[in-house]
Amino acid sequence: EEEKVGEEKPEVLSPEELEKLKEEVDERKKLISTLRGKPWPMRKKLLTLRESHEFVEKYEGALGKGKSRKLYAYKVMMLKALMGRPYGSMPRKTVPRADEANAMDFAVLWDFGVITNCLFGYAQYSVLFYGYYNSQRAIGWLKFRMPLSYFLVGVGTVAYSYMVVIRTMARNANEDGGGDNNSFNFSWKMFTSWDYLIGNPETADNKFASITTSFKEAILEEQESRKDDNIHLTRFLRVLANFLVLCCLAGSGYLIYFVVRRSQKFALEGLESHSWWERNEVNMVMSLLGMFCPMLFDVISALENYHPRIALQWQLGRIFALFLGNLYTFIIALMDEINLKREEEEVLKLNMTIWEASLYNGTLGVNSTAPPITVHPADIPRGPCWETMVGQEFVRLIVSDTMTTYITLLIGDFLRAVLVRFLNYCWCWDLEAGFPSYSEFDVSGNVLGLIFNQGMIWMGAFYAPCLPALNVLRLHVSMYLQCWAVMCCNVPQERVFKASGSNNFYMAMLLVILFLSTLPAIYTIVTIPPSFDCGPFSGKSRMFDVIQETLESDFPAWFGKVFSYASNPGLVLPFLLLMVLAIYYLQSTSKSYKQANLELKKKLQTVSRTINKVLTLIQHLLYSLCGTCTDIVCSPESKKKGGEHRAHQGKSNHQIPPSATSPPAPRGHRIPGPLPGNQWQPAPSVQRVPNSQRH
Amino acid sequence: MGNKQTIFTDEQFEAYQDCTFFTRKEILQLHGRFHELAPHLVPLDYTNQPDIRLPLALIVSMPELKENPFRNRIVEVFSEDGQGNLSFNDFVDMFSALCETAPRELKTIYAFKIYDFNVDNFLCKEDLEKTLNRLTKGELTPEEVNLVCSKAMEEADLDGDSKLSFSDFENMISKAPDFLR
Repeated sequence: EEEKVGEEKPEVLSPEELEKLKEEVDERKKLISTLRGKPWPMRKKLLTLRESHEFVEKYEGALGKGKSRKLYAYKVMMLKALMGRPYGSMPRKTVPRADEANAMDFAVLWDFGVITNCLFGYAQYSVLFYGYYNSQRAIGWLKFRMPLSYFLVGVGTVAYSYMVVIRTMARNANEDGGGDNNSFNFSWKMFTSWDYLIGNPETADNKFASITTSFKEAILEEQESRKDDNIHLTRFLRVLANFLVLCCLAGSGYLIYFVVRRSQKFALEGLESHSWWERNEVNMVMSLLGMFCPMLFDVISALENYHPRIALQWQLGRIFALFLGNLYTFIIALMDEINLKREEEEVLKLNMTIWEASLYNGTLGVNSTAPPITVHPADIPRGPCWETMVGQEFVRLIVSDTMTTYITLLIGDFLRAVLVRFLNYCWCWDLEAGFPSYSEFDVSGNVLGLIFNQGMIWMGAFYAPCLPALNVLRLHVSMYLQCWAVMCCNVPQERVFKASGSNNFYMAMLLVILFLSTLPAIYTIVTIPPSFDCGPFSGKSRMFDVIQETLESDFPAWFGKVFSYASNPGLVLPFLLLMVLAIYYLQSTSKSYKQANLELKKKLQTVSRTINKVLTLIQHLLYSLCGTCTDIVCSPESKKKGGEHRAHQGKSNHQIPPSATSPPAPRGHRIPGPLPGNQWQPAPSVQRVPNSQRH
Repeated sequence: MGNKQTIFTDEQFEAYQDCTFFTRKEILQLHGRFHELAPHLVPLDYTNQPDIRLPLALIVSMPELKENPFRNRIVEVFSEDGQGNLSFNDFVDMFSALCETAPRELKTIYAFKIYDFNVDNFLCKEDLEKTLNRLTKGELTPEEVNLVCSKAMEEADLDGDSKLSFSDFENMISKAPDFLR
């Protein structure tokens, strides 16, 4: 068989010994590849590396493989590629945890903007709007079912959006791990708040300041939680605050309604006779309200004296209600306009028959046919297209919202920063520390803005199919602009509390907005008949008739029958009931699991504390038992350790040396672990490599 | 790339690459930075592994470490004598542990050592107080410092011995959402 090289007496190895040798060699190779992750001093790592290499080369040669180190490396790479085993490079391949969450969240908001079925248009009544689309049932030689596809894309977008949002929420809830985010508040602040990549003195100062502020807030919160307040006064103030907020909301709702009514009056009188402000009144008022009401809410919330996180959630909730109120008032006003347009349509239809008759100059009877007279398409009177009008309104809303955001950014942030920086030299009080100072980057406000923007897109996408594409463009520009603004003019937020630990608060808001935004669109699809003259559904009595039509003409007859049975209310209602019951059941089981989880965690903690106490007790007992023995065995051992140990162990070593309580370790080597010396610490995830080095 | 012939041998490069998270180029860059700190002390030729150590004061003057409140401790942890004198090996080792590709477990181990000011393998109250004072630059009052340290100790101490062992520390850090560095 094989021969062991380097021994005085050549031996023949038995198969078991050979196997064992192979195992040893493999272990050494593994050690080499994980060496960089070991918390040893460099000197020790280099030494271990050299010795392991020598061992591997010596015995791999003996095992007859005769590979050199380079071939070994190649083999490792091949193994990695073929079997994907993590030879020490796994940490490099893993996405840093923080980035993971961010990437997915951005993808959620990004996905929606990409669904579109448009080409590039060139006119005002372009692909951008509903009115462009032809109602022809099948287009081209591929028989592309245009109306059907328009309808299905619209519905499909909404369904996909729901799926993505709920999936993200479920994933976030899983990662939350039962929500014990508050359990290590102070510890985390102390040990994880410093950013080790900071090199700039100004940044460092900012960081120190924000850390100090964060500690002070936490201290304040801790002190407050220990004192009792006058509960009645607090309750009264809170009720008062909510009342004020309701007044604000009602006021803003009424203002918008009033302004929309006025703009309808202006439209009737002809738009040219009014100034720019009067023409764009509605959008400007909505944007301004969106800017000032939140500040008002912030002031009112000072009455409430809540914990900062709770106060933030209330604030966000109120801004949310404001936005919704405004949007719904806007929609109601829009409904009025739609009805107006439909009345126009009726009038026009009447006129059309008269006009057509006039073309034939009364030469025909009512029922006879005649060769069609060619009329230029531009001469035919176009019917008013309420869907396009709706789409246009939404586009205008989005554009004005964008403009308001950018202008606020430029004036409120940039101009303010410039003024503060340069006027500070000649002003009586310190502008930077005192009144205006630099504006803060409001994270929650910006996230809310994104959510609301998305809500508006969902609402208008059915009537203006290119809206998502426009929004993608706008998001790109916003991102770069705000990136620059943050670096150039903003200071970090004073308040360090996040509204929610796992972003599920914002996701829940997104879900609610999705639901509420798609309601108006669905309502219009189901109740209002489409325009007779424009769009893919023209001529039908209801938009969803296109489905009926497709079922009848494109599918075999039995399919239609099956579908009509399945959509029978007698079948659908029990099914809905079943789903409701299933939801109730799942929710109650999940609640009980969470409860069980918490109890297990508590038990685990108590058990671990008990174990540690017992171990310490045993440790002390044994130490006192083996008093003198320990001294004799311990001293040469500790001297050796002291020489190798990088950190200076000044105090006396009052831990039990290995020899007293476990099989003697090979001379000259510590058992590798994070903190050699105290063996009783349960080993963390660093692997323990068996000490099989021979001398 | 003619330089590598005169600074390190191929074997040294491979050894460094196995023991750290750095590539060849990065090791050369590190040598450049090390040399820059004391050009008259650090030789350009490391092929015969000279044992040159730079004192703490020079290392902490590097821009990457200058603003760090724990810079002295970091250098002490990675030095062999515990006083902060780094040889090139220790220098490379230090940056390897601090770099982004180092795994979280490794960073946790070294973080514990860094915060352990009195080097007794435990984070006792004094260690916590020193950490806090470095972090807040002494802006907190003694009562506030006391409160924070007691709370932190209460939160993380699992075995009830009023000091944090490595397992307590690791347990606490592993649950932290943004322990990145």
